[in-house]
Amino acid sequence: MKRLFRIMQTFATVYYAYMVEYRAELVLWVLSGSLPIILMGVWTQAAQRGNFGLSPVDFARYFMAVFLVRQITVVWVIWEFEREVLEGKLSFRLLQPIDPVWHHVFSHASERLARLPFAVLLIVLFFILYPAAIFVPNILTIALFLLAAGLAFALNFLIQYTLAMVAFWTERASSLQEFWFLFYLFLSGAIAPLAVFPESVRTIAQLTPFPYLINFPASILVGLPVNLIQGFLVMLAWCAGFFALNRWLWRKGLKQYSGMGA
Amino acid sequence: MSTIVVEHLSKVYPVAVKEAGLKGTLTHFFKRTYRQVKAVQDVSFKIEPGEIVGFLGANGAGKTTTLKMLTGLIHPSSGRVEVAGHIPFQRRSAFLSQVTLVMGQKQQLIWDLPALDSFKINAAVYGISDRALEHRVGELSEMLSLGGKLNQPVRKLSLGERMKAELLAALLHEPNVLFLDEPTLGLDVNAQVAVREFLREYNQRYRATILLTSHYMADITALCERVLMIHQGQLIYDGSLDGLVDRFSPCREVKVEFARPYSAHELSVYGDIQDVDKQYARFLVQQEGLTGAIAKILADLQVIDLTISDPPIEEVIGRVFQAGTVAR
Repeated sequence: MKRLFRIMQTFATVYYAYMVEYRAELVLWVLSGSLPIILMGVWTQAAQRGNFGLSPVDFARYFMAVFLVRQITVVWVIWEFEREVLEGKLSFRLLQPIDPVWHHVFSHASERLARLPFAVLLIVLFFILYPAAIFVPNILTIALFLLAAGLAFALNFLIQYTLAMVAFWTERASSLQEFWFLFYLFLSGAIAPLAVFPESVRTIAQLTPFPYLINFPASILVGLPVNLIQGFLVMLAWCAGFFALNRWLWRKGLKQYSGMGA
Repeated sequence: MSTIVVEHLSKVYPVAVKEAGLKGTLTHFFKRTYRQVKAVQDVSFKIEPGEIVGFLGANGAGKTTTLKMLTGLIHPSSGRVEVAGHIPFQRRSAFLSQVTLVMGQKQQLIWDLPALDSFKINAAVYGISDRALEHRVGELSEMLSLGGKLNQPVRKLSLGERMKAELLAALLHEPNVLFLDEPTLGLDVNAQVAVREFLREYNQRYRATILLTSHYMADITALCERVLMIHQGQLIYDGSLDGLVDRFSPCREVKVEFARPYSAHELSVYGDIQDVDKQYARFLVQQEGLTGAIAKILADLQVIDLTISDPPIEEVIGRVFQAGTVAR
């Protein structure tokens, strides 16, 4: 237990130092995540004319929350893992008495801490420009939001790390991610809140993991109606499913791994 | 008990075959054919604790594949491997904390951070305390003369310094079985000597077992009393370095200095000419005809000086590889 704590502490410090090495990139990464802010402009304009059941201010808040959720849940493990497999760097990780996934988990977690100040800055800037959208959620809402966003990160990571396992067989796992991303974009609520989707699409989307990655935590934060208990249970179920699939593929993949180029 | 036991080890890879040209590409896309490549075939050997063994073979002979099976990175197709009393592929902690792998063309250090940060990660992973880490880094960096370099980002180090830092990272957890794949690749002569000296000292100080591949024969001759030679996936020699020369090259090298220059044509009757430079010449002469050949050279030609020695090990090995298949 003490050793685990030490591993966590060391990984977090070193990977934080690593992320901070790339200050300029960090700012760019944060900015590149600002698609929701552009979409917000589109939707608030549209909401002034059409009837979507959501007011322009609702849209503004929703997309601000989407921006925040994206900052918390962004995952790139598939590209890193693919590179490690192709370059044979996974070999070094496999020789250490710890599952290689922890390196990825901690580098993702530390990156979040490193980009947080920039993200907060951007949100403050937004509220200065658009004071009508300012709102202060209560403590319980914030706690639930953080829980949901944390779980959304875990689910997103598990899904992508599972897709990454394909790198053991095809050497181009990231193309799978690009295909997956299409569905993610439309069904997660990144482009439009699920509330404005037709009933039938929404029902189908609710059965997939996608809405839980963005729409669910974002809706919690801005107070759009969600079924909390059902939402968390579905997320946990998807997490468990992908975890099992991941471990199974990992074991099979290791047998397949030839330490390419190593 | 032997540190490394390998019995009838084999590894077969499927490799996709693609013909050149558009037709080949289309066929490759729709109906891929695979060829089974036997990378390692029925290899057996044992290595005792504290031995330094050189692992020789041309590119693609199966050295790296064997090393990967010994470290548990890949699963053998058949046969048995045991290292430090463990089956490598199970990758148990007790096994992993006893072995290390250094690959000359790969690096494990984090490129943009000082090497010390990478060491901290390794220390945490292997459960090395801060004090033990400090002590160990001090000791190894002194042996490697790396003092003061460990605070700089790895990308700012020279190739030689980086390799030394890689070695340090690989040895932090005091492994007693070292697998080294081309540890001196690309290093200049001084750095090669330093790495070699370090390995010898490490072996003596910790009684570590070392299996080493290198294309620089100087590494092998300086460090290894015993060599394994692998050719087309098969082990063709296991024994002392001197024995290798006797076995594969029952020749001696004869160097002669003449009073006047002779042409290669004139000299060709006396033996297998390696090179001729004005009045200097170098021959390879079969062991059994050696006395006769020398008597003939001394009788027919105006000789100033003549020396007989073993041919350089590179040449012996080069001959074995060129010969293609070798009788076992």
